[in-house]
Amino acid sequence: MHIPDGFINGTTSLGAGIAAAGGIGAGLRQAGKKLADRQIPLAGLAAAFIFAAQMINFPVGVGTSGHLIGGGLAAVLLGPWLATVVMAVVVGVQALIFADGGVSALGLNILNMAIIAPWTAWLFYKGLRTIVPRTHKGITIAAGVAAAISVEVAALGFVAEYALGGTGGAPVSTVLIAMGGVHALIGIGEGLITAAIIATVLAARPDIVYGAGDLAREEERQRPRVGRFVLVGVGAALVVAAFLSPFANSSPDGLERVAQDTGFSETAQATPAESSPLADYGGSGIGTAVAGVLGVGIAFGVGYAALRVAKRTGR
Amino acid sequence: MLHDLPAQVKIVALVLFVGAVVATPREAFWAFGVHAALLVGAIVIAKVPPGFVARRLVIEVPFLLFAFLMPFLGVGERTTVLGLSLSVAGLWGAWTIIIKGTLGLGASVLMAATTEVTDILEGFERLRLPKLVTAIAGFMVRYLDVVVGELRRMRVAMTARGYDPTWIGQAGPIASSAGSLFVRSYERGERVHRAMLARGFDGTMPSFEQVHVTPKAWMTGTAIPIMSWLVAIVAWVIR
Repeated sequence: MHIPDGFINGTTSLGAGIAAAGGIGAGLRQAGKKLADRQIPLAGLAAAFIFAAQMINFPVGVGTSGHLIGGGLAAVLLGPWLATVVMAVVVGVQALIFADGGVSALGLNILNMAIIAPWTAWLFYKGLRTIVPRTHKGITIAAGVAAAISVEVAALGFVAEYALGGTGGAPVSTVLIAMGGVHALIGIGEGLITAAIIATVLAARPDIVYGAGDLAREEERQRPRVGRFVLVGVGAALVVAAFLSPFANSSPDGLERVAQDTGFSETAQATPAESSPLADYGGSGIGTAVAGVLGVGIAFGVGYAALRVAKRTGR
Repeated sequence: MLHDLPAQVKIVALVLFVGAVVATPREAFWAFGVHAALLVGAIVIAKVPPGFVARRLVIEVPFLLFAFLMPFLGVGERTTVLGLSLSVAGLWGAWTIIIKGTLGLGASVLMAATTEVTDILEGFERLRLPKLVTAIAGFMVRYLDVVVGELRRMRVAMTARGYDPTWIGQAGPIASSAGSLFVRSYERGERVHRAMLARGFDGTMPSFEQVHVTPKAWMTGTAIPIMSWLVAIVAWVIR
């Protein structure tokens, strides 16, 4: 996918260079707004990872060599704006430091791999997310399919550039068939690898997947609020205590029954509370209900106080 | 001599030289001869081993294959060479790609061979590239070792568990472990970043030497590209 010097004429290369510079400028402005200092090294790491993935370069017959482009991966992991900047850095470093891709074709390569690929992937990803289930699996599938399509569209970008200013004598239709065919194959590999990486990252660190940010916010919203939980819980306890406890079976509960049967209930000491007005949950009817409500209140108060103390002492 | 030139001079020289090569009309064979002579001269002056340059040129092979097929795939007027019917437009296309691609790649390889990576990045910073771009590029180059090191550790762990990697058989496991490679290098990267912060990192890399570029350095560095631009202009005029 890395176009060398002389493949596309100077005018087209220059035009692509201006378009690429505009795209990077927009990406810098948009990404720079949100980018905390902390994220710059992490963007660098994503760039290093994509660079390493692109180094696994294998020839796929005629015209070009196949390797992971990573545009879809970058878009889902970092968001389309930062992905544009990161991919442009990868392509630029390859051209100027590792001599991969022509210096004069840098604009073309950035246009194809840093602008067309991530943005295509992002648009298809967002579109697919409306169809697939809102789960990690759905995200994985959407990312994989979007990455596969982005490779094919980036290849079509090359064909368009060739049609505009290709220096070769091969007819555009031949180039279209060759590039489209080869990159359909590369796209399948790209899609599978992207899906595998996104699935693993989602399982281990969903917080670093930009494209899954909406899912995290949704989970946050669905998490029951503590205040409401306490209110509902105490309310339910009160309802049970006030209205249902009068109907409680006065038969001994499991432990009391066993104690009576085996005869150790006589050994049980009378507790000091035996003489309290609420002993053994009061008499019957209204008395039981009042005893129940009071019991819920005391239990909640003691539990709450204990938790506050525990929290203050630092667990 | 080329090694000592400030990086930003070499970057400007590289861009100028490649621009001149691309701008040269393809019919001017003699001009490409001069370009090639200038590049070879620079490689000799820099004392870069020819074998090193040749090895790095291998990256071009897939495109050369494409170039060799062009005369057969091309359309339009045809000519007969050694009994083969070849497309004239395809022959021109193949010639353009081979000569311009090789000259451009050769110049890039020369710069890569004579300049430290960190110097190139600093050069870009002095050429006023946006800070965000140079910062990401700087971290990328430094974190490459983190990613490659993590990959090596994972491979050692796989081998220790009885996995026997053969050259082509590595593709599957590497693809399936790419996700864990990302998470592992990401978390290592987080630790590296925290360690940098603890040592006073404030978002910019400290520069140890203040490089002052003398006019003489600019003249030395851009002498060859200026000559190649003269050649390109002459080739256009006498065409």
